[in-house]
Amino acid sequence: MPVTHEDIQHWLLRSAQVLHENSAYLTQLDSAIGDADHGSNMDRGFTAVKAKIANLGDADIGTLLKTVGTTLVSTVGGASGPLYGTAFLRAGMASSGKQSLEATDVVALFDAALEGVRARGKAQAGEKTMLDALIPAIEAGKQVAEQSPIPQLLQTMAAAAEEGMKSTIEMVATKGRASYLGERSKGHQDPGATSCWLILQAFSDTMEAH
Amino acid sequence: MKKLINQPEDVVKEALAGMAVAHADLINVDIEQQFIVRKDAPLKNKVGVISGGGSGHEPMHGGYVGYGMLDAACPGAVFTSPVPDQMLAATQAVNGGAGVLHIVKNYTGDVMNFEMAAELAAAEDIEVVSVVTNDDVAVQDSLYTAGRRGVGVTVLLEKIVGGLAETGAPLARVAEMARQVNSQGRSMGMALTSCTVPAASKPTFELGEDEMEIGIGIHGEPGRRRAKLTSAADITETLTTPIVEDLGLKAGEQVLAMVNGMGGTPLLELYIVFSELERILKGKSISIARSLVGNYITSLEMAGCSITLVRLNDELIKYWDAPVHTPALRWGR
Repeated sequence: MPVTHEDIQHWLLRSAQVLHENSAYLTQLDSAIGDADHGSNMDRGFTAVKAKIANLGDADIGTLLKTVGTTLVSTVGGASGPLYGTAFLRAGMASSGKQSLEATDVVALFDAALEGVRARGKAQAGEKTMLDALIPAIEAGKQVAEQSPIPQLLQTMAAAAEEGMKSTIEMVATKGRASYLGERSKGHQDPGATSCWLILQAFSDTMEAH
Repeated sequence: MKKLINQPEDVVKEALAGMAVAHADLINVDIEQQFIVRKDAPLKNKVGVISGGGSGHEPMHGGYVGYGMLDAACPGAVFTSPVPDQMLAATQAVNGGAGVLHIVKNYTGDVMNFEMAAELAAAEDIEVVSVVTNDDVAVQDSLYTAGRRGVGVTVLLEKIVGGLAETGAPLARVAEMARQVNSQGRSMGMALTSCTVPAASKPTFELGEDEMEIGIGIHGEPGRRRAKLTSAADITETLTTPIVEDLGLKAGEQVLAMVNGMGGTPLLELYIVFSELERILKGKSISIARSLVGNYITSLEMAGCSITLVRLNDELIKYWDAPVHTPALRWGR
């Protein structure tokens, strides 16, 4: 069963809910190695996304995702706005005109998102950022995309993202605000990797219902 | 943590509304598009100078909008970089046909959002030049960090550059002055407490009764290291030494010295720090030609201070002394 544009809408709504519910948790993570605004920022951004997509009932997947991207850029601010915004914009461009996605399309969408984040943020793996959840997720996804039904693909990706998120605990940050702390950033889970996992898990949970 | 607010999510909007009426003689506030602009903008043939950043650092930047300083400022959510839409709207509002200078503090978010805004402005054929401030000596500028933070020098740069821009100088010259001031300034800060953002219920980090944090930024985040609280004399030495060293200040040179309160420290204490600073610099035969003491770039109610020194020359002094009339700084008019 492919991912339909309704599935995408459900995913986005679920993401908004999950980010809202975890707003305090993300803020707490961002207090340890940041300035305590990640929770509010993501909540604000995805609340705006919820409102925007309510009027996009018939839109193709590309349009949906691009709208998420521009909405996040215009409402989130900080580093997360441009990074998540660009991620969704690129994902949208990769899904232009599509009404449904096969497994390989899903991986391609995330790959495009990753390219966008890399281009905008200029980080790589191991710097204690959202990439440390996103990159493992895509790598794991690529391994199984050809032979997996979509729910399984997303489960695999979300699990890899979770592991990647946890691996940020022992990393020393060399990008973003946490990098000012140097060695002191060690021992704390990265808030960006956490919100990234939450969004991926929300996608997996949405498709598991099939 | 007690705050003098209504709802946390309304903090910035309500503060902007207050600023709009309190300083109605100097500024207009576009609440919808979230930017503060000087009342007489755009000024024909004058370079527009804008800046912006998270809220929570007042009076920076909104308090610096007006004659002789900023033409516009874009406030983001508390401690959050503003979004490109704000900077684009502000750029359009201050474009007098001579181009616009963006003063950007070196934080990942600020840099990215301003970059995106500059791309949007270019698409509309508005000439934008961006200058990044990165004066914080607490952080090493290396492959292993996001680079030095833009802190205290930003305020002093906005004044000096604003003074030059007011004379009708061209964009390239104004941008060059901005780069020069940034390169000649260094800062270092310390904190006695953290601060509590409106959406949180407790301070971003905890400090013991006998502890201080050295090498802090302006977003309530932990600094480079924790230490036992010592005297104002000792603390001033700790902050001043790396600044003097990094700037290579020599005997006989003149500086602009700012002792800035992080928001929660009494002026009484800031003056003690200033007196220590003067003593230390005098001991090195460095003279303070101009000074600023007070809350100029804050971090909500964080207690602590930062020191900024800018190496002066006649030109910098001239534009520092030039008249300014903004909500937070006023002299010469």
